[in-house]
Amino acid sequence: MYDVLIIGAGVTGCSIARELSRYRLKAAVLERSSDVCEGTSKANSGIVHAGFDAKPGSLKARFNVAGSEMMADLSKELDFPYENNGSLVLAFSKEDRKTLEALKAQGEENGVKGLAILDGGEVRRREPNVQETAAAALYAPTGSIVDPFLLTVAMAENAAVNGVEFCRNCEVRDVKRAEDGTYRLRTVNTEDMTEQTLETRAVVNAAGVYADVFHNMVSARKLHITARKGEYLLMDRKTKGFVKSTIFQCPSAMGKGVLVTPTAHGNLMIGPTAVDVDDKEAVNTTQGGLETVLQKAGVSAMNLPVGEVITSFAGLRAHEDGGDFVVGECEDAANFFDAAGIESPGLSSAPAIGRSLAGEIAEKLGLPENENFNPVRKGIPCLSAAGLAEREALIREDPAYANIICRCEMVSEAEIVQAIRRPVGARTLDGIKRRVRAGMGRCQAGFCTPGQVEILSRELGKDPGGITKCGTGSGLLTGTTK
Amino acid sequence: MEKTVKIAVIGGGPAGLAAAESAVEQGIRPDDILILERADKLGGILNQCIHNGFGLHTFREELTGPEYADRFIRKVREHQIPYLLKAMVIDISPAGMPGGTGLTVTAMNAEEGLVRVHAKAVILAMGCRERPRGALNLPGYRPAGIYTAGTAQRFVNLEGRMPGHEVVILGSGDIGLIMARRLTLEGARVRVVAELMPYSGGLERNIVQCLDDYGIPLKLSHTVVDIKGRKRVESVTIAEVGPDRRPIPGTEEEYTCDTLLLSCGLIPENELSSALGVQMNGVTKGPVVNESLETSVPGVFACGNVLHVHDLVDYVSEEAAQAGANAARFVLGEIAEDSAAPVTITAQDGVRYTVPSSISLNRMEDRQLIRFRVGNEYRNAGIRIEFDGKEFRTLKKNILAPGSMEQVILQKKDLEGIKGLKNITLRVVQY
Amino acid sequence: MKEIRNLTCIRCPMGCQLTVTLQDGAVQSVTGNTCPRGAEYGRNEVTHPVRTVTSTVRVEGGERPVVAVKTKTEVPKEKIFDVMQALNGLYVKAPVEIGDVLLEDIAGTGSSLVATAEDAAC
Repeated sequence: MYDVLIIGAGVTGCSIARELSRYRLKAAVLERSSDVCEGTSKANSGIVHAGFDAKPGSLKARFNVAGSEMMADLSKELDFPYENNGSLVLAFSKEDRKTLEALKAQGEENGVKGLAILDGGEVRRREPNVQETAAAALYAPTGSIVDPFLLTVAMAENAAVNGVEFCRNCEVRDVKRAEDGTYRLRTVNTEDMTEQTLETRAVVNAAGVYADVFHNMVSARKLHITARKGEYLLMDRKTKGFVKSTIFQCPSAMGKGVLVTPTAHGNLMIGPTAVDVDDKEAVNTTQGGLETVLQKAGVSAMNLPVGEVITSFAGLRAHEDGGDFVVGECEDAANFFDAAGIESPGLSSAPAIGRSLAGEIAEKLGLPENENFNPVRKGIPCLSAAGLAEREALIREDPAYANIICRCEMVSEAEIVQAIRRPVGARTLDGIKRRVRAGMGRCQAGFCTPGQVEILSRELGKDPGGITKCGTGSGLLTGTTK
Repeated sequence: MEKTVKIAVIGGGPAGLAAAESAVEQGIRPDDILILERADKLGGILNQCIHNGFGLHTFREELTGPEYADRFIRKVREHQIPYLLKAMVIDISPAGMPGGTGLTVTAMNAEEGLVRVHAKAVILAMGCRERPRGALNLPGYRPAGIYTAGTAQRFVNLEGRMPGHEVVILGSGDIGLIMARRLTLEGARVRVVAELMPYSGGLERNIVQCLDDYGIPLKLSHTVVDIKGRKRVESVTIAEVGPDRRPIPGTEEEYTCDTLLLSCGLIPENELSSALGVQMNGVTKGPVVNESLETSVPGVFACGNVLHVHDLVDYVSEEAAQAGANAARFVLGEIAEDSAAPVTITAQDGVRYTVPSSISLNRMEDRQLIRFRVGNEYRNAGIRIEFDGKEFRTLKKNILAPGSMEQVILQKKDLEGIKGLKNITLRVVQY
Repeated sequence: MKEIRNLTCIRCPMGCQLTVTLQDGAVQSVTGNTCPRGAEYGRNEVTHPVRTVTSTVRVEGGERPVVAVKTKTEVPKEKIFDVMQALNGLYVKAPVEIGDVLLEDIAGTGSSLVATAEDAAC
C-alpha cells in the first residue's frame, strides 16, 4: 500500500513529489511517457511570470506570485538555470495603455513588487530591438526565465534521492475508490504491456491535459480540460542579447499572446499561438501557426533574426473550463487531490502548488517529517559553461569531458554518461537532450545522434536497435544493413 | 600541453590534409605543423562517403571517398606531419606568441587535457554541417525517423545500421541523391525525392545514376507540408510550390513512410572563425578572403567547405593546397607587401558570390582562380568579366546551375594592363 | 532504323549532354562529349550499361561492424542487385587494407570485390 501515488511526472507532479519527500512516506510518481517532463512541461515559454495577469483572488494569482518568489532560492538549492531578466508588456495603442494600467493595478493587488510603466523611449533604451510603435510598457522586475526541463528533472532527481519512486512507461488506465476509502490504480507498462494494480491511501492527479479524465473517474463534479496548442520557434544561441527581458504584448481572452524572450540558455524564443484542439496528443506544428508566430513576434520586435531559427515545436496547455487552476482535495472523493487545469502560469506556480498540496496531503494523512530529507541537488558540471581552468580540471578528473559528442552545444561524453546514470536518469535521446542539451543546438542532433546512440547502448546494455528518441515506438534505427 | 608551431591546421579532412601537405612542399618543416582533428581518424567526412566519383580531376582515376582520403593521409604520414586526433578545438585567439604576434589555438583532448598551440599561421579547414529540419520550418510532428542525409549515411556506411525502410527525401543535394541509391541497395524503398526549387541541388550525374537507375521519382518545385507520426514517422505529405515557393493548396500527396531524409544544403561551420573576429560573407557563410585565401585576420587562412560549400572534393584539395602554400609563404615572410589598395571583386546579376573577393596585384600569381556560384539555372548564358565597369571578356556557358560551382581564371598581365584597376565584376548575361 | 538517344554522361561531374545515334541497334556516333570516356559511356549506355557498385561488407574483429567495398571494374547494370546479394552474404576478417580483394568474380560478373577502406583488427 502506497501512501501517495502521483499521476504525471510533469513539473507539477515532480514538484509535489519533491515536496512530499520532506515527509516519511511511501510514494511513487506514475508517468505514461518514457521520461519525466514529456508533456506540457517540455513545450512552454520557460517563463517565471511576475503574476500580474491573473485575477486577484484566483489560485493562479496566489500560486504564481508565491511560486515566483520561491524560484530564485529553489534554483540555488536544486541547481537549475534561472535568470531574473525582468519582463515588459508592450502597449501599442491608447487602449493598450489602459490595459497596462489595469494590469499594474491587478499585479499590485496580487502582491507583485516593483511594477512600473515605462515610456516608449525608456523601453527602447532598455531593449533597442523593440518596435518603434511601442508607446509604453509595463515593466515587471520580478519576471524571470527558467529552464523548464532542468527545473522538472531537478525536482524529480531530488524527490528520488529522498525516497520517492519514479515509474516511467507506466500508464494509469483506471482509478477506483475502494470501500475503505483507499484507491486502486490499474496501470499498464507501455513497454511490455504488462498490467498491474497499485493500492494507495491518496492520489495526486497531476496529469496535465488528461487531468479531467482521472478526476472524472472518481468525482461527480466533472472537470473539462481543453488542450490549447501553442507553437513556438527557437533561434540559435548566437542571437543571445537580441532582447534581454521577456517581451509580452497585451493579453487577450486566449492568453498572454506571442512573446519574444531569451531562454535561460541564451537562445531567442518566440511564440506561442493559442488554438484549442480536440486531440490531446496534437503536438504538431502547422504552417499557419508558425507563420502567425513570426508575424506577431514581428509586431513586438524589429529585425527578428528569422534566419537563425533552429527548431519549432508545439505544446498543449491544459485549459479547464473554469479558467482557474483546480488545486486541492476533491470535494466528493476524499484523499484524491487535484492539480488540474495547470496552464500558464503553471511553470511559475509549480513550486508553490507542490508546497501547498504536499502540506495539505501530509496533514490529511498524518505524515511524519522526513528528518533525512536533503533539499540540495547538484547539477551535472557543464563543460560549455566552464572557464578554461575549470575545463582542464574536469578533463583531469574525467577524460570523457574532452570527448565532445554534441559539437553545437559542446556537450561531452562525460555529461551524457552522468545524465544516464543519475537518479531518474535519461533513457532516451530526448531525455539526454533535456538534461545536458546534447542535440539542442543548431544542427539539432544531426551530428551527435550516432554518438549518443552508442553511449546509450553501452550504458543501458542494449543493442543500438533498441535505442529510442522518446520511448516505445520511437526507435531510431530499423535494423542492420545486409 | 603547450606546443609552438609555425602552422596550425584546424581539421584533418580533405582540406586540412591537402593544406598541410602543400605547406610542407612550400618549405615548412613537417615538425612545424600540427593538424588538429576532432574525430578518431583523419579523412573527415570522406570516410563515410563510400561511393565512387572522387579524384578524377586530381588523380585521373575514379576513387571512393575513403580511397581519396587515404591518398592524402599517406602523404601526411610520409612527410611525418604531426597530427592530434580526438582534439576538439574550442578557441582561436590572437596574440598568443611571445611578442604578441601569431595565434593561440586551444583544443581539448582526453589524454592531453587542454592543448594550447601557438602558431604563426592558422588554416581553417573545419568543413560544414547540414541544414536541419528546424531551419527549414517544416510543420508537423517531431517523431523519430527524421534524419539529415549525412547522419543516415554515417549510420549505414560506418555503423552498418538502417535508419529506416520506407523513405521520403526532401532536397536533392548530392548526399541525399547518393543516399537514395545507397538505401535502395540495402533493401529500403525510397519513394520520392522532393526538391523545393525548380532545379536540382545536386549534380546531374547523380540524378541519373542514383535516381533514374532505380526508378526513384524526383519532384521539382515540391516541399514537405506535413509530417505525421507521434513516435516514429508514419507519413510525409508533399505539395507542389508556386513561383513564390509556397505550397499550392490541393496538390498535397501523402506518402506512407517511416523515414524522412533531409538534403537541403550545407552550412560552413564557422563558430570558431566568428569568435575570432574573422569577417564573414553573408552569402557563403564563410570567411571573406583575398587572393591568398587569407581572411580579415592576418595569418588566418581558410579553405574547403568552411570557406564555401564545394560539390567536388578535388576542388577542395586544390583550394586547400593554395591556402597551405600561402600560409607557408606568410610564415616564411615571402608574401609581398600589400602596398596598393586591393582590387575588389563584385558578384552581380546571378553571380551570388566570388572566392576570393579581392585581389592584391602585388601578391597575385600569374593566374588567379575565381570560384563562384550562380543563383539560378541558366541556359545559353555567359559570364561577363568587367574591369572597372568595362567588359573585359564574356565566357560562354551552355548551362549554369546553382548546384555546380563555376570558375574563371584571371591573368595577372590582363589586370596589370588596366591602369589603376579598382574593381572586377562578374555577372551572368543571357543571350 | 535510325534512333537517337540523349543521355547525361555520368563518368565525371561535368555531366555532359550526349547524343548517341544508333542505326539498327548499332552505335553510329556519340556527340556532346568532351573526352573519350564520355564517348565510351555513350556507347556502353545504349548497348550494355555498366556501373561500379559501392557498398559495405561485414567485418569480424574489426573496429567497425562493416567496411567499405567496391567492384574493381564496372559491372552490368542489371547485375547490381546480384552483386549486392553476393556481398551481403560475405563476412571478412580484420585487418582489412584498402585494395584487398575480398571476393573474385562476384556474382559471375568477372569483376572482383575490393576493400576501399581499412579496418585494423582490435
